[in-house]
Amino acid sequence: MNRYPVWKYAIIVIVLLVGLIYALPNFFGEAPAVQVSAAKSVVKIDAGTQARVADALKAAGLSPDLLTLDATSVRARFTNTDDQLKARDALQRALVPDPSDPPYVVALNLLPRSPAWLSALHAFPMYLGLDLRGGVDFLLQVDMQGAMDKKAESFASDLRSGLRDKSIRGSSVTRVGQTIEMRFRDSAGADAAKALLQDQFADLSAVQGTDGSDIKLTVSIRPEAVRRLQDAALKQNITTLHNRINELGVSEPVIQQQGLDRIVVQLPGVQDTAKAKDILGRTATLEMRLVDESAEGRAAELGTGPVPFGSEKFLDRNGRPVIVKKQVLVTGENLTDAQPGFDSQTQQPKVDLTMDAKGGRIMRDVSRDNFHKRMAMLIFEKGKGEVLTAPSINGELGNRFQISGSMTVVEANDLALLLRAGSLAAPMEIIQERTIGPSLGADNIKKGFDSVMYGFAAIMVFMCIYYALFGVFSSIALAVNLLLLVAILSMLQATLTLPGIAAMALAIGVAIDSNVLINERIREELRNGASPQAAIHAGYERAWGTILDSNVTTLIAGVALLAFGSGPIRGFAVVHCIGIVTSMFSAVFFSRGLVNFWYGSKKKLKSVSIGTVWRPETDNTAAEVAVAGTAPAKAGKPAKASKAVAAK
Amino acid sequence: MEFFRIHRTIPFMRHALVLNAVSFVTFAFAVFFLLHRGLHLSVEFTGGTVMEVAYQQSVDVGKVRDAIGALGYQDVQVQNFGTSRDVQIRLPVQKGQTSAQQSEQVMNALKAMDPTATLRGNEFVGPQVGEELTTNGLKALGMVVVGIMIYLAFRFEWKFALATVLANLHDVVIILGFFAFFQWEFSLAVLAAVLAVLGYSVNESVVIFDRVRENFRRFRKLTTREVIDSAITSTISRTIITHGSTQLVVLSMFFFGGPTLHYFALALTIGICFGIYSSAFVAASIAMWLGVKREDLIKAPVKREGDPDDPNAGAAV
Repeated sequence: MNRYPVWKYAIIVIVLLVGLIYALPNFFGEAPAVQVSAAKSVVKIDAGTQARVADALKAAGLSPDLLTLDATSVRARFTNTDDQLKARDALQRALVPDPSDPPYVVALNLLPRSPAWLSALHAFPMYLGLDLRGGVDFLLQVDMQGAMDKKAESFASDLRSGLRDKSIRGSSVTRVGQTIEMRFRDSAGADAAKALLQDQFADLSAVQGTDGSDIKLTVSIRPEAVRRLQDAALKQNITTLHNRINELGVSEPVIQQQGLDRIVVQLPGVQDTAKAKDILGRTATLEMRLVDESAEGRAAELGTGPVPFGSEKFLDRNGRPVIVKKQVLVTGENLTDAQPGFDSQTQQPKVDLTMDAKGGRIMRDVSRDNFHKRMAMLIFEKGKGEVLTAPSINGELGNRFQISGSMTVVEANDLALLLRAGSLAAPMEIIQERTIGPSLGADNIKKGFDSVMYGFAAIMVFMCIYYALFGVFSSIALAVNLLLLVAILSMLQATLTLPGIAAMALAIGVAIDSNVLINERIREELRNGASPQAAIHAGYERAWGTILDSNVTTLIAGVALLAFGSGPIRGFAVVHCIGIVTSMFSAVFFSRGLVNFWYGSKKKLKSVSIGTVWRPETDNTAAEVAVAGTAPAKAGKPAKASKAVAAK
Repeated sequence: MEFFRIHRTIPFMRHALVLNAVSFVTFAFAVFFLLHRGLHLSVEFTGGTVMEVAYQQSVDVGKVRDAIGALGYQDVQVQNFGTSRDVQIRLPVQKGQTSAQQSEQVMNALKAMDPTATLRGNEFVGPQVGEELTTNGLKALGMVVVGIMIYLAFRFEWKFALATVLANLHDVVIILGFFAFFQWEFSLAVLAAVLAVLGYSVNESVVIFDRVRENFRRFRKLTTREVIDSAITSTISRTIITHGSTQLVVLSMFFFGGPTLHYFALALTIGICFGIYSSAFVAASIAMWLGVKREDLIKAPVKREGDPDDPNAGAAV
């Protein structure tokens, strides 16, 4: 009864082999490496790049022990950090001739030291979380209300110009929160406006009402359009963050959406947190407005008069006041790119700007009407505006135009960067931030690993002493459980964090539960006088139902953690859940296999090595009575048991 | 080796009233401390900044506190973290100041006091995150409770399900009570530990109820009380051994896992200790009082007895 068919052994062997292969890369550790990736979308990483990297390294007298090419980067692995740093400098010189306009990002990185054949099998080590490798972790909240307010404002100004184009007179358009109120003196105007809304503003819906003698249209953005706009805003912010982070030269940044309005940014290995935050935290939005060049405006600019109605005063970077009109022409949303460069005629530094179609159209109209007037580019950070530059318009502008004039190369670079940074669709705020120094990360790995190891060792010693050979089997099963857990985590490329390691330790503690359950059951059967083979069989069979029940309840808790947890809780829950599933395989199926292999073929088995099986000082037939309990039951009980046998 | 040499069934249920009184008193204390003192929530829940600063030599926490207090911060907590050379500093959320400014200011002050101070880690949490964590934590707790109840009601019977969940929720409240009484820091990791304990100690009740069901089937003359007694007696050694082995790992986390895992392991330890008690004694007695009967568990006894695959019958031969 305790024999496995060959296919069951085959399953065990296959699972063990696969588990071993995928767990293996974790034992090789990591080696220093240099990673070259594209800094611009136009730069392609291909075999040619790899060849250039190889040449540059050869020229510097360095020989990487591995040079690989993947979809986004070329990576060169070295045996020590000295070579790594030298290689970084050499590659920086060879590939990035002009640091102000880098085609490539050359970054330090760590690569698994596992041999090539393992990588070829897609066996990679687990990805270590920030708390284990060190780095910075940000959670950014996108201000969707702000974004929608702005969107409503831009709709309002579009409506105004739409009404003007259609020559609908006697109307006013004001924004109230995220709705727009349009007032008309007569119903003809209101009807024409409704037609306009239907034709050109599919995202808006209007409700008609009256306000005194006027007809009032309350216009709001349709809910589905709100969702779409918010989604687009978030996506654009993520893209912008990607571009900004590229400037940091981080090897494997993680930029992900979390929930509806949050973005997680993880920068492993970054030590200069101030700079990272500076670049990320530049939660700036860009607006282009006309400078108020009326007499009152000029007077206000010189400080000799009040700021005229419909204008605002901002300071430029040197602290000089600039009076600009309140109407926003274009926002950063319409700016697709800003790059520094040199004017081919004057050889002066300049910044090239590229607008999208809508922005280009507006620029054309505005520049035609305001020739030789000044246009201010304002950047808003945390609600405070600052004038970046206010050049005068020297021609009809279109999709592409340039800002030039008294600028240094550095200023042009800064301006381009700030303009690009301004193309965030919605303002963002850092709501959570974690910095883990590299020494703390290394400490965490060591501590986590120690607790798993010592816990495992303690259980193993106890099991081997208490359950003898069955304890050895249980220990082996436990080791297999750990192996499979690591293998599955590596296969999934899950991120291992310190709570994850804690879950691993806990998984050991929970997994041993199944083996104790089985071993105790076998002992109990033996105590009740069953033959060794029957006891093993019954022990496994009867324990199975209990093991399943208890694992399902534990799994329910794990899944709840997974569903509602975030960050560290998630890391814990993933490992916890996988640990429970693997423990069912190892503690029941695998350990049974071991026992069957050892004892199954022995026909006349006299005893099994499961530690001392203590029997109460009565004969075997009465053993069950002892369990059943009180004296009155004694007489009735054995009869019951024999009846059950007879029934069978 | 055999630790438990139990000659006869121990009449646990005879003492059900006492056992439950003990757990009720503990429970009442836990609730009292929770309401009276409240939990010492970590920065993840409250929002604020936590800095971990390392020194070359051991450092006087009082001096560090004074140095930071001189900057005008109120409600600053400074404590040793792991070793006497590491300190953890908690700053509340400060209006109009970013966490970067805060930590920079604090580091400057600390460096002025002792130039060997280095910032090992820094964590900032905005106030809006905390609220969300609390609601999500409660949702997770609710899902665990409902999920386990549905499963147990389906596998056993609603009375068992209710008894198990009551017993284990009482464990959870007691763990929280400990954290409130000692003002240990309640962090996300502790929350994870609490929920994991909930899932884990339900195991115990399941094992016992499994045995209750089996004993109902095997010993048909025994009363409900005797069946429960014999089920607890025959599983008690297993209960203590498994919990003991799990505790071995938890202890290993407690001693080797460093400060981050300290409270996590502590929560697990309390959970495991009370888990044994509550699932063995409290859950069973609640089920008994709810009036669990043989008929509740054995729906079709005749069919079961005749089952040729019935492992129970095979084992007795």
